[in-house]
This record gives sequence, C-alpha cells and structure tokens, in this order.
Amino acid sequence: MSLLNTPYDTSLTPELRAVQQEIEGYAREFGLDFYEVIFELLDADDLNAIAAYGGFPTRYPHWSFGMAYEELKKTYDYGLAKIYELVINNDPCYAYLMRSNSLVDQKLVMAHVYGHCDFFKNNAFFAHTNRKMMEEMANHGARIRRYMEKYGEDEVEAFLDKCKSIEDLIDVHSVAIRRRDEPPRFDFEAAKDEEPIPVTRFKTKSYLEPYVNPEELLKEEEERKRKEREAKSKNFPEQPERDVLLFLMQYAPLKPWQRDILGIVREESYYFAPQAQTKIMNEGWATYVHSTIMTKRALHPSEVIDYCDHHSGTVASHGPRLNPYKLGLELFRDIEFRWNTGRFGKEYEECDDLEKKRKWDLGLGLGRKKIFEVRRTHNDITFIDEFLTPEFCIEHKYFTFAWSEQAGTFVIESREFQKIKQRLLFNLTNFGKPIICVVDGNYRNRGELLLRHEYNGVDLRLDHAIATLANIQALWTRPVHLQTVVEGKPTLISHDGAEHSMKPLGESDDPRRNAPAKTR
Amino acid sequence: MVQRIQRDYERFRKIVRGKIKSNLSKYITRGELIGKRGNDLVSIPLPQIEIPQFRYGLKGRGGVGQGEGEIGQPLGPPQPGTGSQAGDQPGGHILEVELTLEELAEILGEELALPRIQPKGRKNIHTTRERYSGIRQSGPESLRHFKRTFKRALKRQLISGTYDFDKPVIVPIREDKQYRSWKEIPLPQSVAVIIFMMDVSGSMTDEQKEIVRIEAFWIDTWIRAHYKGVQRVYIIHDAVAQEVDEHTFYHTRESGGTKISSAYELADQIIDKRFPPSDWNIYAFHFSDGDNWGDDIPHCLEVLRSRLLPKVNLFGYGQVESPYGSGEFLHHIEDLTNEFDQLVVSHIPNRDAIINSIKDFLGKGK
Repeated sequence: MSLLNTPYDTSLTPELRAVQQEIEGYAREFGLDFYEVIFELLDADDLNAIAAYGGFPTRYPHWSFGMAYEELKKTYDYGLAKIYELVINNDPCYAYLMRSNSLVDQKLVMAHVYGHCDFFKNNAFFAHTNRKMMEEMANHGARIRRYMEKYGEDEVEAFLDKCKSIEDLIDVHSVAIRRRDEPPRFDFEAAKDEEPIPVTRFKTKSYLEPYVNPEELLKEEEERKRKEREAKSKNFPEQPERDVLLFLMQYAPLKPWQRDILGIVREESYYFAPQAQTKIMNEGWATYVHSTIMTKRALHPSEVIDYCDHHSGTVASHGPRLNPYKLGLELFRDIEFRWNTGRFGKEYEECDDLEKKRKWDLGLGLGRKKIFEVRRTHNDITFIDEFLTPEFCIEHKYFTFAWSEQAGTFVIESREFQKIKQRLLFNLTNFGKPIICVVDGNYRNRGELLLRHEYNGVDLRLDHAIATLANIQALWTRPVHLQTVVEGKPTLISHDGAEHSMKPLGESDDPRRNAPAKTR
Repeated sequence: MVQRIQRDYERFRKIVRGKIKSNLSKYITRGELIGKRGNDLVSIPLPQIEIPQFRYGLKGRGGVGQGEGEIGQPLGPPQPGTGSQAGDQPGGHILEVELTLEELAEILGEELALPRIQPKGRKNIHTTRERYSGIRQSGPESLRHFKRTFKRALKRQLISGTYDFDKPVIVPIREDKQYRSWKEIPLPQSVAVIIFMMDVSGSMTDEQKEIVRIEAFWIDTWIRAHYKGVQRVYIIHDAVAQEVDEHTFYHTRESGGTKISSAYELADQIIDKRFPPSDWNIYAFHFSDGDNWGDDIPHCLEVLRSRLLPKVNLFGYGQVESPYGSGEFLHHIEDLTNEFDQLVVSHIPNRDAIINSIKDFLGKGK
C-alpha cells in the first residue's frame, strides 16, 4: 500500500502467503465471516508509528500521536512489550504484522486477526461504523493539514487540543437509536401561542356545570398548562443532550474550519467507540478463534512449545490486574460449555441439588451456535451482565478493589459475586468515564452553557474537570457551568474564560436527583 | 511512515521542553529521574502531557482484579506495560527497566541536551593497551589458536599422506601449533576524580539529602561516561570536615554548626596529596543549604579563589532550600562566577529543580 511509504516491500513473503491461505481456509471452515484481509509486514518502528496513529498511517498530525509513539518505542526498545499485530476495522480489513515475528507467531497472529475481522463485520455495535475509514482518515488528515497551512500550525493545534479534551463527550448509543424526531421541514405550524389550551371539562348537565367544572379550577388548570408549555418551549436543548460535541458543532460560534475539525474529532470518536465498547468480547473472541484454529488445525507438532509460550503470555494475568483477553476467552468457553451441557434456563437455575447441578448434562451441543450468536448481539456490558456467573468468579479468583484514602492505594474490597459484577459493569459503563450532558444552552437567559454530570457516587477529578471546562468555554465563548457533586455537596463549577469558581447548589439542582441508581 | 510520526514526536518534545509556547506545560507530568543502583534497576522517565478530560477522581474508584489475597489487603502499584482494562487503574508513566550506566548516561545526555565533556588535553596520561592482532609460532598454550593449529595439522597430514579418511583423526605436532600474539598500542587515557562535599549540619533535613543523593547520582553517571576509572572522594562537614565512604556520605546526620571552609581545606589537601592537577581532571561539587558562620565566609572565598578553583575542571556549588538556613552563602559565592569560568552555582529549591540544576552543572561541557 502506497500510504505506508516504507523503503521495503510490505507484502507477505511467498511462504507467509501460503500460511495465510491455509489459515484463511481454517477460519472459513470454523464458520467465520469477514471482509477481505490485507496483511502488511512491517518493521517494529513502523508498526509502533502506525499503532501510535491508532492504526491509520495517514492520520492528521498531532503531538499526542508523537507522545504515544515515544511510549511504544521505549517499551519496545527496552524489551518490556511489543506489538504483535494491529487490525483495522475497514473493508477490506488491514492487518499489520511484525516482520521479525517467527513463523509460528505469524500463524497465531493471523488466526487471531481473522477472529477480529469476523467480529468487526458481525458484531451489532460495529454495524454503524464507516467501513471505508482508511480513506476517510486520509481525507481528515488532508483537511487538517490544509487548515494548518492556511491558519498556522499553532492555531490549529491549539484548537485540536481543545477538541481532544472533550472528544469522549459523545452519545454512543445515538447511532442506533433515534433520540429525537427529525425537525419538520415542510410542516409550517401556526404560532403556538394562539392555540387554545385544552382543559379537562367533564360532560354534565348545564345546570350542574358550575359544580362539576368550577370556573376557578379550570382557570387554574389552564394557567398550569400554559406554564408547562412555556417551560417546554424554553428548554434548549429540549432533552438533555449527551452528544456535547454535536451540540457545540450546531450552536457554538465557531469558524467553518473549526466546526469541520470538531466534526472530524467527533466522527473519529464514534468510529473508535465500538472498539472500547467490546474490548473484552473482541479480544476474547479473537483469542478463542486463534486457540481453536491453532490447536485443532494449524499447529505443526514442532511448533507446540512456541505456540504455548506465546499463547500463555497473551492470557496470563499480570499481578492482580484483570486481563481482558483472559476474561473474554474464559467467558466464551464457559458459555460454550453451558450451552453444550444445557446449564441454563429456569430448570437449571432453580435446581437446589448441588450434586445434580455439578453433573448436569443434557447433551444439547448448542455451545458453538450460542457463542456465534453472542458475538453478534452483545457488547461488553450486556456480555458481563448476562453471562458472568458466581461459579466463574470463584473459579478465577476475582475480587473487587477500591481506593483507600488511609492506605493511599487500592485495597482488596470484596469477593462477593454481586459486588464484582457491579464493579465490572460500573467500569464498563460509558467506558468507565463520567457521563456529562448539556442541560441548558441558554442558562440564566444569558446564552451561557449549563452542563450536568450524571452523578453516580464517584466525584470528578477536579483539576481536570476545571481545565476541561475552560476548554469548553473557549469553544462556547460565553461562561460555562457544570453541575456536579464535590465531596458530597452538590456544586456548580463555573468558568468564564478568565477564571473558575465553585459554589454550592440548592436541593432542586442536585445532579443526584436525576441520576441513575447509585452503584454502591 | 517513520518520518511522519517523527514530526509529531519532535513537536511533542518541543512542547515538553517548553520551546513551543503552549498552555499545556502545566499538564506535563515528569517521571522522576531516579536510579536504584543496587541492581541497576532504573526508572526511565516518560514525560507525558495529559490532555484534561472529564474523569473520575480516585475517591470512590475501584475495579476488579484476580488472584489470591485477603480482604483489606493493599494492592501494589499497577504493573506497567500491560493493557489497561476500561480505565479502572491509575496510569503509570514510568518504565522500570534494567540498564547499564552507560546507557543511562546516554539517555541523560539526550534528555538534557548536555554537551560532551572535553577532557583537558595536556592532562592525559598515556597507558598502553594490548590488542591481539597477530599470529606466531610460539607462545603459551593458553593462547593457542585451535582452528589454525588444526588446519595446519590437517594440511600436513594430507600432504604427507598420513590422513586416514576412514578414521579422520588429526594430531597436531609442535610445528603445527599457532599462537595468538599481541601488539602494544599506546592509548591516551584521561583520568578523573569527583569530589562530593556535603553539609551535614543540623539544618539539612532528609529531604535535602535525598535531593543531593539524586543529583550526585546523575552527575556521577554523566562524568563516568566520559572517563575510564573515575575516582570518587566523599567529604562531609559541619564545623569540621572529614573524608568518608559513599554510604556514610548519604546517611550521616550530624548536628551543630557549619564551617564550609573546613571542607574546602580538606578537599584542597586531598587534591595535593593524591590527585595532582597536572594528571587529573578534577570535579568538585559542594551541596549545602547556604548557612555558614558569618566570619567563615571570607576564608571560604579565599580558599576557593587562590587554591581550589585554579586546580579543578569544574566546581559546582548546589544550594538546597532548608527551612532553617539563611541561604546567604549563595550570594557570596555567586560573586566569584565572573572571575572563574569553572565555577557553577545552582539553586535547587525542590526535587523538580534537580533536572535544571544538573543542566547548570554539566551544561558547560567541562
């Protein structure tokens, strides 16, 4: 591919081409369904560079990619870690392999890659991603480079810094749900004020009218409804908007090039979001696929030791930290086992006889079918919610940990199933980041912006929150406010462009009032 | 490909180094420059700029882990270099790697853009080095060149017809034997001594000593990268000075008054006795909180001016901030910097200033 611009040939060697065809055959035999996969063989340095760009060699220039590159390069140079492969969700799928990998590693990695490609194509949460992202990213890069030439690198970079500060304030589910009606384009309504306000009038005989429908009650109702209507029409946005980037694109006083860049950042966020939404599943699935293909088909007896060494490195747990590859893989295996033996459903759940449960086997053999279905319809949250079992947590020695102010570190908190599940789900909800939405774009009727942190028991990191608020203020240009909770007290953090202020909030504005259920 | 990322990388480095005006500099987190010398395990600083985003604070945070452990047991710091799981762990931006001191010095030089030290030319002493570059017929058995010996033996056996193809045994005789020989090559070698002096009077706290320790470690590493066989001398002083070993230097805590001149006098004596300036590149560093007996100051300056400074390549005075000291010595010694190019004065108020201070000291390339 010319985009890579390397001094060497990146296409597979004839030997590896043969391996690829072999592995692709096994992948199809296993039932995988994927776009065409284009493999590129790269040197470590080029692989690190592409990884720093999130897999897109033509991405727009920004120092943060340079920073990511430094970390990857240093960890590689000092022998702490290396990237084996990189797969891009695109049609065709691009997969980058490390040139220096041994043959058995390349086999394993290819099998792994086909797992990812199948997942990209079939998982519902990727359904809305742009499958021509390679071209789109190059396009984004060209546009931003052009703006840099025209408006100066420093200016464009400073604006990009601000956009990246809020790049995660998107509404991930909006691609699949219609949040609001399309604004009517041809339907010109009469001005709403003139519409009569309907009041509740019970049918009755005329002489009973003053008693059944007393005049003052009707007036009261009319008044109330008028107020409601006014309040409704005043709301801007009508519903709290979680896609803060969209709101800013639509209503912030931005220059055309700025709006375009904000749009680019937003589009890329939406593109990458499903990968964060399905990390456990995606890695689990690819690992399941490579281990199945390798052990059942592709592995030559002389390669077994090398394969085991590499595979165990992938699924090993590093200290107490949870390894998503391992969790995903084991859950898929558990699901396959449960659906093969029929350990699901009412009858199994309600069985009190532990001995019977232990030996439960209906010989259904539905496992393979079930995991293919799961990989199509779930994301990490629903995956954990649906399939994590107490037995699984005990077997894998899971525990929850929490920050301890006293110890100044994280300490083991509990081994209870419910807590483990809660913690996992909490950390997966909105990618483990706080949920922020726009509640009022005309706050205090002064064109100020009011944001709300949907509080769920965990405070924001204050210094960053204030700095982020300052960045939003720079885009909005009028003062910006954030309702949140600081150390148990509802607080309004404001930024007017010069400095920030914090003041306590009254009961009615407590962000906890509208918050989803607490997690603890 | 690499060129493109190189541009972004350069840009990032410039921001980190403050060469580009950017309001990002306040978000730069700096991995500490610290070396654990015991097993040469060293943290590599990875300066990072965190773009501010809405994030959860630590309080109330937690996650799920796996493995053994009792409830309430603290978890160690998260392992670096492993994939993060849904952002439930604080990020570590320090890499722990095993490095040789040479590699370290290289990194330091690159990080701080230090010029390489130019050893003073005429002070180089010549040593001879042996290099094995030839072959000869006689020599000690330990230097026998096996391959050549057996080749010659094989050749001889083939020519003389004593080689049996069915029973391929080669027996070298005396004439076959070949030995490595060496040549003596004169090598210019420069030698250096570093004299570390520290004020251990009551006003120096542990935090200040830690600063001195970190700074001395890096100075040591850098100078050692430029000379073979660097000697070190450690001097501690309060009202009197004494030469000590390295461990004592970093761990002693004295009380009492301060007489800086005592250390300078001792350093001067040691130089005269053991390290004649004509043969040695001499580096002296003195760390103090700048608190000295008032009437001692003229004496200090006199020793420096007339005796110590003319003998050394570099004299670094680093002043740490102490809650007790007056810190006045800095101003006195600063007056000498106009006169003597080899004198560098640096103020080290806290740990963050160590990097700049190292740059002050070593930035002259002496």
